[in-house]
Amino acid sequence: MGIQPLLQNFPAITQEVYHESFYVVGSHELFSVVRFVRDRLHYRLLLDIVGVDYWEYVDKRPTRFALIYHFRHEDFVQTLTLKVYIENEKQGVESIASLYKAANWLEREVYDQFGIHFVNHPMLKRILNHNEFVGHPLRRDYEITKGQYCTQTQDLMDELLPCIDSKGLDIQEDNLMVLNLGPSHPASHGTIRTLVALDGEQIKAAVSEIGYLHRGFEKSCENHTYNQIVPYTDRLNYCSAIMNNIAFVKAIEDIYKIHIPDRGVFIRVIVSELSRAIDHLVCLAAGLLDMGAQTNYWYLFNPRNNAYDFLSRLTGARLTNSYMRVGGVAHDLHLGWEKELEAVLREIEKGVDESLRMTQTNRIFQDRTYGISPVSAHDALSYGYTGPNLRASGVAYDLRFDKPYDYYDTFDFELVVGSQGDTYDRLMVRFYEIKESLKIIRQAIKKIPSGAISIERHDITLPPKRAVYQSIEGVMNQFKLIFDGLHVPKGEYYSAYEAANGELGFTTISDGSGKPYRIKVRPPSFLHMQSYPQIIQEYQVGDAILTLGSLNIIAGEMDR
Amino acid sequence: MDALIIETVVKAIVVLLVISALAGFGTYLERKVLAFMQRRLGPMHVGPFGLLQILADGIKLFTKEDIVPQHANRLIFMVAPAITAATAFIALAAIPLFPEFTIFGYTIRPIIADLNVGILFVLGAMASGLYGPLLAGMAQANKWGIIGSARTAILFLSYEVVTGLSILAPIMIVGSLSLIDFNNAQAGGVSDWMVWKQPVAFVLFLIAGFAETNRTPFDLLEHEAEVISGYATEYSGMRWGMFFIGEYANMITVAFLASLVFFGGFNPIGFIPGFLAIILKVSFFFFLMLWVRASWPHVRPDQLMWLCWKVLMPIAILNILITGIVLL
Repeated sequence: MGIQPLLQNFPAITQEVYHESFYVVGSHELFSVVRFVRDRLHYRLLLDIVGVDYWEYVDKRPTRFALIYHFRHEDFVQTLTLKVYIENEKQGVESIASLYKAANWLEREVYDQFGIHFVNHPMLKRILNHNEFVGHPLRRDYEITKGQYCTQTQDLMDELLPCIDSKGLDIQEDNLMVLNLGPSHPASHGTIRTLVALDGEQIKAAVSEIGYLHRGFEKSCENHTYNQIVPYTDRLNYCSAIMNNIAFVKAIEDIYKIHIPDRGVFIRVIVSELSRAIDHLVCLAAGLLDMGAQTNYWYLFNPRNNAYDFLSRLTGARLTNSYMRVGGVAHDLHLGWEKELEAVLREIEKGVDESLRMTQTNRIFQDRTYGISPVSAHDALSYGYTGPNLRASGVAYDLRFDKPYDYYDTFDFELVVGSQGDTYDRLMVRFYEIKESLKIIRQAIKKIPSGAISIERHDITLPPKRAVYQSIEGVMNQFKLIFDGLHVPKGEYYSAYEAANGELGFTTISDGSGKPYRIKVRPPSFLHMQSYPQIIQEYQVGDAILTLGSLNIIAGEMDR
Repeated sequence: MDALIIETVVKAIVVLLVISALAGFGTYLERKVLAFMQRRLGPMHVGPFGLLQILADGIKLFTKEDIVPQHANRLIFMVAPAITAATAFIALAAIPLFPEFTIFGYTIRPIIADLNVGILFVLGAMASGLYGPLLAGMAQANKWGIIGSARTAILFLSYEVVTGLSILAPIMIVGSLSLIDFNNAQAGGVSDWMVWKQPVAFVLFLIAGFAETNRTPFDLLEHEAEVISGYATEYSGMRWGMFFIGEYANMITVAFLASLVFFGGFNPIGFIPGFLAIILKVSFFFFLMLWVRASWPHVRPDQLMWLCWKVLMPIAILNILITGIVLL
């Protein structure tokens, strides 16, 4: 079923001239269109809401502000993009938070960054920027150099009190203790603040405040050339930096519609699966440590260290690798990499097996994790879960299967799916995904062809050094690419990649110049974090810590 | 009479010094053993094999600034660590540490006070030690401290019943509360050990002992990931250190109790003399505590209560009942 019924029911919908699969919806009928899309067309997953400010755009657009809504169908292959031009940002559009739970924070972010109002939003306030912040930083007329000092902490009671009221409780009468879990709690995995109302140790109400690691990634992107952004993407999910690199350069390559040579693709598969394994190792090690199962930490972290040693020999950096370039890979694999990698894989396998033996059937571990903060498949989709957390809830969605890229359809590996969506499933899905990643790497080592690692196009990849040093054309080419950057074709695009934490999407709006006009990341952790204060209610403090660990919230990509 | 007083004072001082030193050494051993199990080295930099690490830690703890939070109840805040440490050592008073030995023609019984209610005294003193964390948590005007205090209460309510009931069955068999009587009742070699007669009681006592000493899997009081440091959140320097000396002294006490009550005490095993036998036994139990810490996650407070009241206590009562019927 295509989107024909949508066009029949809402004749006012038109196709965006700049992109064939973006559909322009009038701001007054947005809510009914989205409801139709969700209920009748079964687009169950709201991927992202992107705000755009066309103030400086080269072409004339109908209005200054626009919103782009990305949806994914329940078959997980089709996506649908709706676009709304905002006539008046103060009046804004109707909130769809009642249709998709994911929309709540996504709309808050748009409000925070662009000042676009959402009618009927349950709690429209800033989310990434500080509450004292003046102005809206992603508007084009907000200068990137304009910093602001903000000092006052917000007490969050404006969010917590309604939450307590909705439970029919009262702080005084029911003797609730209001307590800050974070932002610098030992187990808050980065700086994340959760304010909870406790009855004994049971969490009766909870709200989260994020943004402590907000560093204006998207604003910085608008002021740098495409290849300069690659190192920034390292800092999104710093536990698996290379996957962010790949996700970003793939998004740009998709715009160009280019395919990099096979050796480059296989290198990407190998390092990205290794990064996935590292990411899961970190999540599991930290999660188990929070549970008091100390030894697992070293069983899982020692192999991770070996993997980082391998990556540092390969890329020159351990944590933030910046190994990818638009159009290929920074450089080829080093001599003897197969043996080193195989040793790393064996270490990881050993660590995972030993850790599984110590936990999987351990009664204390099971008692601590079974049935803790379960997320049903329906809720998980509504919250916008992707990746291991969604699979733990029993939804078999993995871009590597549903929309194979990089020859993933030629590899033999299994999709790991949980059933309950509780902490146990979230952890176990990660344990077994590591094993599947290792399988993929082993196959890729066998299959990797020789040849070029990057495409050779003078408008995308740098010329060979010999040409730069010996010919005037080479020098000019290098100079233009470094200073002007890639002139990505004008248009608006969305590209998704299965990163370690879920679907990592990049919405790119290019005006044809060397710098992107707008880049919006779809960070999986942002959406996972949104559900966290909801799902920990009625569980205990100790459980909440494990839930946070098992969701694998990475503040770097959440706050950007 | 004077001689007795002098002898007791000397013994008390010796026990205090030796056990304090052992408690310090215990931290080193714990770090080394855990490191060995976790494929890392542990302390290595201070002295050969990091042996002087204890000294460095001691200097650091003693020279740190003694901070008392502004809104804390000063007196209780300052006294609380002393309660933990003092009760831990008081409990040791009624424990016969070694067999009698003669030095310069003077026979010494290595027990500070041979009470005829020795077990009761030891358990009572150790139980009152929990006033330390309880008061510390409540006095420091910190919410994490209050949670730590609440957990102390939960811990105390949970294990105390089980400890008492589990040890009742062996007491019925021996017919005395004195630990020396316990030791003498098992003088007939390995086959005479109480653990063969009362295996259930031993397992129950061991589980309760882990809770009593606040060890994994029952280390609820100050588990960092959940409650920062619980009752010890605001403590630093030597006041903090005293909690840990108390904790390690308690570990040693529980190890002694388990060896004396269930594993034949300081009776010689074959060619192994008595004093070496008990050192080996105590070391084994100490090691067991570290081993468990390296292997298992820890439980939630409500799970501990569930375990103690719904599982262990009925078993303990049944055990007493069966022991009673058999003795009849």
